[in-house]
Amino acid sequence: MSSTTDSARTDAPVIQCESVYKIFGNNAKRLLKQANGMVDAAEFEKAGCIVGVNNASFEVYAGEILIIMGLSGSGKSTLLRCISRLTDATDGKVFIEGENIMSMRNRQLINLRRNKMGMVFQSFALLPHKTVVENIAFPLQVKGVSTKESMQQAREMIDLVSLTGRENYFPRELSGGQQQRVGIARSLAIRPDIWFLDEPFSALDPLIRKEMQDEFLRLQGVLGKTILFVTHDFDEALRLADRIAIMKDGVIEQLDTPANIVLNPATEYVRKFTEDVPREKVLKINSVMEPVDRNLALANATVKDTAVLEDVAELILNADNPLGVVDDNGSLIGMVRSSHIINVLFGARSDQSQA
Amino acid sequence: MPELLKQRKSLQFLLLIIIFALLCLIIPQSDNNWLWRLPPLLKELPGIINGSVDYLMFEWWPIEVYDAELDDYEQKPLVREFTRSVSSVILFMIELIREILLGGVKTIVAFTSWDWATENQWARWPALPWTVVTAGAALLGYSLGGIRLALLSGLSLIYIAVFGQWEPSMQTLSFVLIAAPVSILLGLTFGVWAYKSQVVENVLNPLLNIAQIMPHFCYLIPVMVFYGIGDHAGAIATIIFATPPMVRLTLLGLKKVAPEVVEAGLMNGCNNRQLLTRVLIPTARRDILIGVNQVIMQCLAMVVIASLIGAKGLGNELLIALNRLRIGLALEIGVCIVLIAIVLDRMSLAWANKQTDYFSSQSFTERHRNLLWFLAIFVVGVVLAYAGRFIFKDGFNYLYLIPHNKGISTAEFWQAGVDWIWDTFFYTLKGFNEWLITQVLIPVKNAYLSMPVVATFTLAMGTGFIVGGVRSALIVGGFLLFIALTEWWDRALITSYLVSVAVVISGTIGVIVGTLCAQKQSTSRFILTMCDTFQTFPSFIYLIPVMMLFGVTDTSVLIAIVVYSTIPATRYTVEGLRSVPASLHDAGTMAGVNRWQRLKSIELPISFPHMALGINQTVVFALSMVIIGALIGTDDLGQLILKSLSDREGVGNGLVLGFCVAFIGLAIDQILRTWANQRKQMLGMT
Repeated sequence: MSSTTDSARTDAPVIQCESVYKIFGNNAKRLLKQANGMVDAAEFEKAGCIVGVNNASFEVYAGEILIIMGLSGSGKSTLLRCISRLTDATDGKVFIEGENIMSMRNRQLINLRRNKMGMVFQSFALLPHKTVVENIAFPLQVKGVSTKESMQQAREMIDLVSLTGRENYFPRELSGGQQQRVGIARSLAIRPDIWFLDEPFSALDPLIRKEMQDEFLRLQGVLGKTILFVTHDFDEALRLADRIAIMKDGVIEQLDTPANIVLNPATEYVRKFTEDVPREKVLKINSVMEPVDRNLALANATVKDTAVLEDVAELILNADNPLGVVDDNGSLIGMVRSSHIINVLFGARSDQSQA
Repeated sequence: MPELLKQRKSLQFLLLIIIFALLCLIIPQSDNNWLWRLPPLLKELPGIINGSVDYLMFEWWPIEVYDAELDDYEQKPLVREFTRSVSSVILFMIELIREILLGGVKTIVAFTSWDWATENQWARWPALPWTVVTAGAALLGYSLGGIRLALLSGLSLIYIAVFGQWEPSMQTLSFVLIAAPVSILLGLTFGVWAYKSQVVENVLNPLLNIAQIMPHFCYLIPVMVFYGIGDHAGAIATIIFATPPMVRLTLLGLKKVAPEVVEAGLMNGCNNRQLLTRVLIPTARRDILIGVNQVIMQCLAMVVIASLIGAKGLGNELLIALNRLRIGLALEIGVCIVLIAIVLDRMSLAWANKQTDYFSSQSFTERHRNLLWFLAIFVVGVVLAYAGRFIFKDGFNYLYLIPHNKGISTAEFWQAGVDWIWDTFFYTLKGFNEWLITQVLIPVKNAYLSMPVVATFTLAMGTGFIVGGVRSALIVGGFLLFIALTEWWDRALITSYLVSVAVVISGTIGVIVGTLCAQKQSTSRFILTMCDTFQTFPSFIYLIPVMMLFGVTDTSVLIAIVVYSTIPATRYTVEGLRSVPASLHDAGTMAGVNRWQRLKSIELPISFPHMALGINQTVVFALSMVIIGALIGTDDLGQLILKSLSDREGVGNGLVLGFCVAFIGLAIDQILRTWANQRKQMLGMT
């Protein structure tokens, strides 16, 4: 995973949303026009409309994992469906690699889906009448790839998701985790650049979920796709995301890196989520380090800037002096002090409990 | 009291029944009294229908048609030209299959002319020897579903051949092989259309409801007018009859497809057609296959009825046998129909479930193994048939075609059995028969007939009101009003009397048997299989054994109805009881209920709505059987429908009578369904 804290990125975003609205109801378009961009959910509800997505704007860059996190009814899945145009947004623009997907004709859209996009679904959404290998080969066959070729590629995908030997099973004969592996393999079969995952692990047991998250990170390590991932599980978001967008009632409350969300929650709603998060598991050294103070002597040991606090905490706390922080090249970019670490991990929390 | 009335539905019912009884007592029987019988204001309706059909057929929208014989253009009405061309296409397809199986000259004539065919006597299709067809069917069965299906299809066809029913069976088969696929395609098309468009669904829904309850005969009359008489007309009537359940089940299946599966299809880059053919229809195929099964069953159920308008085959033979009271022969023919139904059903099922193997690399012979086998069978069969000419020099060539009724027959045995039963139990049977007719049926019938029309309306609409409010009351009232305004109110009462007696008996039997069987996993599976099997039999078959015992009487009809309509009552009871969640059983057990308490206070209340739907189906089954019962003599609506078949002005009468029957069913359906749905909602089961 590459760090994308950098706000001033120079490369063009792969996915870009500009003021996307999705409002359900008969006269949604007219109401939205009257509201002139200032949508109040309560008022719309009185008029018989339900606000799904309210003024969402953000970008996703190549190779990045953006996670949309929110509770049920927060509009996260709706937003994902607007971006993949499974539903038409009421207003706004969605650019996929610079092209506005909202103004695409059906044929263009199908082409885009056949070549650029893959999607994984919460309920797996496998075709019950097709075997594992047929399910995975399905997007290829739809595209017009010959049976032989598509079967060949499907087999490679089966190996990739470690389902070798179960090619001819039917979905009903597989466990939930295995079914979702098929779902993942199917979404990757056309080798898409953009990967949508809609609560892919929510229907799985906790242990299997953990296993699948690891599997996901492993795959992404190999593949480097641009990912939009929807979940209601904050821990999952922290574990997997490069950046997280937290949604409530259709509004994106905060969009930032996991560390920044935990350290500086933008709203009360976000803060509630972060309260119980074990920070040592989330924070990396680069989010807690200070500039090097030349007056202080540094310990002999150093820590890497991308190390997770939990892994190096013992080292830092046991050292008498502050530790130097080095980047990938080995050059010194900051330092960490044990007192500061303790403050970060426990300090803010006691403030909150008093408040 | 008013407060109490609002709360207690049972009190409401009691009040209703008191009012009903009072009305029955007060209102005198007199032909001029509108409270006794409404005037037949709709008397002209059949005439109007006849007139418009005539106009449509013979005058509306004339078009110029080129006539080769006159070498000139002629004015002909559009509708008739259209129906004529549909008829000829269907007839040609039926003939084609028929002549492949049985040989003939009609398809050759279709491309040349009768004159040419008479001059060139050599130009005849030879029939496929029955050995080839039988072995071919077994081979097809094997390639679709393995050795069991091969045995089933092979043995079935051997039975048909050996019992000398080869020709009528193949005639029936050729007719079903056209009617069934056309119905399936039409059903799929309309189902998909309704799935895509709410408007179409709204239009189709009431039509489907009526079509489901319309008696089979009613389709025959308009079809006869528009398409004439013959195999094609039978096929068209069958198609009209068999398509509605297919439409309904297709729609049902498509609606059940999870939205995420559709989205997955879209995200995988399906266009509309791919989404339909590769995602929606295959995913919904469980219901669609039930639809296919229904179509095949309906087709074979119609075999007998279609023979009334000239379809050749087993139906015709069965009808003749029944009319001559040759029970044994009728039984053998009935078995042929059932066997064809089962084989076709299993084959279509196996075909839909067939899997492809993508990985084994196969050689040419392996891939075309079945085709090669068939060629081998073909050659052997033809050689055998040729050799048969020398073996059976004087008589029939049994290795080529076994002529009709020249096979083995067990008819004598059955006939002897019937005679024995008659001789031995004559007084018992006769006694039972007389007792039933004089002590039960006639009193009930008279009671029905002595109801003033106002009292009937009060009872029906009142029940509708109590169950479903003003809306239900108005719907029920509307249906009844139509019937009351025709000339046939009394006939409708007779139909309802037979149906209600039958429904009470079969409902009781069904609920009791169902409840007993539902107590154990193994017995419930057994009884469900039994229901499946019995439902495979075309309704006509049920008349055969009862006629053996009770001859041509109301008793026969009643028993046939009871046997036939017990099936849904039993099935729904078992399904309802088995669907009670296990957690509730556990909760009951932990609360210390015994078996009887569990049944009474847990299982029955929860499965009541489903059982009510079962009773609803029982009514539908009973109605359809009552009308078929007309063939062996009843004096209700069915008899009139049968009469209008041979009437020149029959269309109007037949249709209006059909609507009467359908509306009886729909009125009951409205009440039962509303109640079941409310109940289900209350129990949180929707």
